[in-house]
Amino acid sequence: MALREHTDREYEHELRQLREQLLVMGSQVERIIGDSIRALQDRDEGLAKQVISTDRAVDRMEVELDGLCLQILAKRQPVASDLRFITLVLKVVTDLERIADLGVNICERVIELGSEPPLKPYVDIPRMGIDVQAMLRDVLDALVAKDPEKARQTIEKDKVVDALYAQVFRELLTFMMESGSNVYRATRLQSIAKYLERMGDHTTNLAEMVIFMVEGNDIRHLESRGEDPASESTKN
Amino acid sequence: MTTIQDTQHAPGTLTVQDLSVHYGPKQALNPVSMLIPGHKVTALIGPSGCGKSTFLRSLNRMNEMILGCKVNGKVELDGEPIYGAGIDPVRVRRRIGMVFQKSNPFPKSIFENVAYGLRIGGINDKQDLSEKVERALTQAALWDEAKDRLGESALGLSGGQQQRLCIARALAVEPEVLLMDEPASALDPIATAHIEELIHELASRYTVVIVTHNMQQAARVSHHTAFFYMGDLIEFGATNTIFTKPQQSKTEDYITGRFG
Repeated sequence: MALREHTDREYEHELRQLREQLLVMGSQVERIIGDSIRALQDRDEGLAKQVISTDRAVDRMEVELDGLCLQILAKRQPVASDLRFITLVLKVVTDLERIADLGVNICERVIELGSEPPLKPYVDIPRMGIDVQAMLRDVLDALVAKDPEKARQTIEKDKVVDALYAQVFRELLTFMMESGSNVYRATRLQSIAKYLERMGDHTTNLAEMVIFMVEGNDIRHLESRGEDPASESTKN
Repeated sequence: MTTIQDTQHAPGTLTVQDLSVHYGPKQALNPVSMLIPGHKVTALIGPSGCGKSTFLRSLNRMNEMILGCKVNGKVELDGEPIYGAGIDPVRVRRRIGMVFQKSNPFPKSIFENVAYGLRIGGINDKQDLSEKVERALTQAALWDEAKDRLGESALGLSGGQQQRLCIARALAVEPEVLLMDEPASALDPIATAHIEELIHELASRYTVVIVTHNMQQAARVSHHTAFFYMGDLIEFGATNTIFTKPQQSKTEDYITGRFG
């Protein structure tokens, strides 16, 4: 969908500004995911605190982007793909901000785990982190490239993250059954795994929005709307 | 043919088949086929010179008044042809009325403006005239403002009131279709809002076809939108779809402001 530029350059500039700021916010959130996992692996409290302060910048960006969207809606009365893009931004920032908050939650658990010796070598949790981070990167790429296929792949990838979470959960359960002294650390790790799983869900939301922006088809909740989700999945 | 399936059989349906228009050697409208649903509002949009007003005027044979203009193809109102030997264009225009961009009341009283077409049609009974004038003014949402000054000159009305008077004048002869060529472009936002609200109400009794340069207006008032470009009908569909997810890239470019 190669669109020409707007006749009104000021409008074109506003839309470009919106796109750029959204990507800046997205890359910040991507970094928060990576850093929070690194803080866990390296037991780095300093890094965890740094992530928590980065989150404030993300909060600010959310407010700024919302403001920009409202301005464009009020002044330009956008339609068609422009309208879908702006409503997408309004929703995307909410999910991005949630993902960043979950990154903060991970760091809070990391700080709690602080001086405790690691329960076990971390394998699956960092894998979840890497996957979720890659999902977010792909969704942002799909947004820029207006590539619905890439967005669909992201949705598929979330199933891997869900499976990893189930595995981590089972494993931590056995640790807790083994010894009561493991419970404090195991519940923290379980929370972290849950946060990552939630990040995957938010990223899936983003992917669905990208598909809507490009194709104009809302693929959310197909079953509850009485439509056949299989007709959507055949597009994969 | 571009059709809107669900409303095909409502009264006041216009069927257009291979309608093309030449002004002298120049083709202003390439063959267009579409079905304009009855008792709905259809908006025609497109840049200047795209053929939308030419198309509109062809729907009640107004183009014939232009020297050198030649119309080909078929237009039918509820299956009855509009063009053809032996079909009286005056009768056609009674069934398919028109309202123009600039309000053009006659320099007569408000009452006489509305009664004009009725008198020409042979109605002279005072009671009958009064009833019909009141009904037309009521339908045009002007009755409350005009009822105490029916004998005053129509030229004393405001611009928005004059335009509603012209709508009342068109409605007085009880047409089935109302064509509107930019009916609100010369009005302020409040008068425009009155006209738009009126268009909504008219759709319950009449088929309305409106040409507008104001895309937000097309989005607000119409059920279906047709986009014309360089003499071609590019896309015709539900207004909700055209303004959120048009099928053609030319439509997308035009409505989002990426033209020229």
